[in-house]
Amino acid sequence: MNWVAVISIYRFEMARFFRTLAQSFFSPVLSTSLYFVVFGAAIGSRIQEVDGIAYGAFIVPGLIMLSVITQAISNASFGIYFPKFIGTFSELLSAPVNFLEIVMGYVGAAATKALFIGVVILVTASLFVDLTIAHPFAMLLFLVLTCLSFSLLGFIIGIWAGNFEQLQLVPLLVVTPLVFLGGSFYSISMLPPIWQTITLFNPVVYLISGFRWAFFENADVPVGLSLLAIGGFTAFCLGVIWWIFKTGWRIRA
Amino acid sequence: MAAILSVKDLKKTYAGGFEALKGVTLDIEEGEILALLGPNGAGKTTLISTVCGIVSPSAGSITVGGHDAQVDYRAARSLIGLVPQEIHLEPFETVWNTIRFSRGLFGLRRDDAYLEDVLRKLSLLDKKNSRIMELSGGMKRRVLIAKALSHSPRILFLDEPTAGVDVELRKDMWEVVAQMKADGVTIILTTHYIEEAEAIADRVGVITGGELLLVEDKDSLMARMGQKQLEVQLSTAVDAVPAALSHYSLQLAKDGNALVYSYDTRADRTGITALLNDVAEAGLVLADVQTRQSSLEDIFVGLVKGDQP
Ligand SMILES: Nc1ncnc2c1ncn2[C@@H]1O[C@H](COP(=O)(O)OP(=O)(O)O)[C@@H](O)[C@H]1O
Ligand SMILES: [Mg+2]
Repeated sequence: MNWVAVISIYRFEMARFFRTLAQSFFSPVLSTSLYFVVFGAAIGSRIQEVDGIAYGAFIVPGLIMLSVITQAISNASFGIYFPKFIGTFSELLSAPVNFLEIVMGYVGAAATKALFIGVVILVTASLFVDLTIAHPFAMLLFLVLTCLSFSLLGFIIGIWAGNFEQLQLVPLLVVTPLVFLGGSFYSISMLPPIWQTITLFNPVVYLISGFRWAFFENADVPVGLSLLAIGGFTAFCLGVIWWIFKTGWRIRA
Repeated sequence: MAAILSVKDLKKTYAGGFEALKGVTLDIEEGEILALLGPNGAGKTTLISTVCGIVSPSAGSITVGGHDAQVDYRAARSLIGLVPQEIHLEPFETVWNTIRFSRGLFGLRRDDAYLEDVLRKLSLLDKKNSRIMELSGGMKRRVLIAKALSHSPRILFLDEPTAGVDVELRKDMWEVVAQMKADGVTIILTTHYIEEAEAIADRVGVITGGELLLVEDKDSLMARMGQKQLEVQLSTAVDAVPAALSHYSLQLAKDGNALVYSYDTRADRTGITALLNDVAEAGLVLADVQTRQSSLEDIFVGLVKGDQP
């Protein structure tokens, strides 16, 4: 294992993040604040509570998930697509590193950035509403697993993408709708029965439900199922990456 | 001496079906400078990219320092530094971080003194903290060289290092190359500039259409294939080649002041004695006589032309 290379890639990627630290920091703070103004104040004045939780607090886990998932995907996909685009990727191919080390460096950095943003949102949110976290470790576990698994997905997208449009395509057409319809802003029990059933096919529901459970001990689906879902998703992404590694798909001419 | 790099029957067919390498076999000895000459599209970059692991071979084997480049790729690649033909650098990063990254990829611990020394040799030290995008084209090429040297390679590939490069950088570059050769580094370079190959290479390989036409010691190549020219300078100018000398295929040069005779050094008889006799018999007075050896360029052009249908 070439650990020095993994750390070098990780640091090189993090440097990109630190160059735009102010932006990386303020944009989630701003967007979270806006969400609270819009959802917390406007809608929250009509919906007082969901399942006995103040609406403002209820939406926090979903808000964090929304940002973390989008950030993880865009950081990881851009992180690996950019070297392909400007041509520096060939340096990785001619260095004594294997694909696993490349994945660890890029995915590790993307997940770290997403985690950072998740924490910033959590702290910002706690300024607006009273937050108690019932299971801090479970909360952290869900958060970290989400950062990692969606960074893996982003990495796959970045390897697959042949241009910048394709890079945007999957997040825009698949991920954002799934996350918005995944119960970020409502409880599934608020939906008509038929939609409750349909919603259960949305994998993001399990994530948000499990994450919300860690905060409030309140879940749409059993928490074990949530863990299984995120574990299964991580395994799926790792499988795809292993296949890319074996075949050299979209990597070597 | 043992070969440090050995390529056997290497073939590469690109995804589109284009056969860029048609079975190249090449042994490179430790410490030598080999110049690969060939026209655009000959397969020089493909050959280098395949050896370095950027392109996967379709057939054949590559051994670097005794390590199979496919199986034992870590050991093989650790020995190699590559200065690619195209300038690909991360624009927002600094020179220093860029070369530290390269060293790190090779699994080596940070060594600021060594890296600063590399920058100094390439006159880049004052640009250490500049961002890549602030550098001129020539400076960027220096950064590429610094990246390749960042992990002290035993084999250095320079793919068209002097294409579009100013005189000063060329000079610096050949100094670095000379120094590396003195340190025992093996150097393989591709170039369009034949005079460069002629000046610094120990051996010359000629590649065209994905095939290696020859690899030969530069001096013996020039001796073997060299055309020599004999220039006979006349004390009085003539209007045309005299009829008595018409069977020699002479050329008139310098406003009729000289006759140029081309001959092959490989020929049993060069015909020089007879020519000089006949010149005197034709009543011409010799002012001076000089010979000129043809350059690698002439040899190269001759070879490549001969190969084409
Ligand atoms: N990735 C690629 N896919 C398809 N054909 C390629 C690719 N790279 C190079 N070629 C073709 O292979 C031939 C050799 O290219 P190259 O090795 O770059 O030549 P050189 O470096 O000698 O100019 C050219 O005809 C080129 O068009
Ligand atoms: Mg080339």
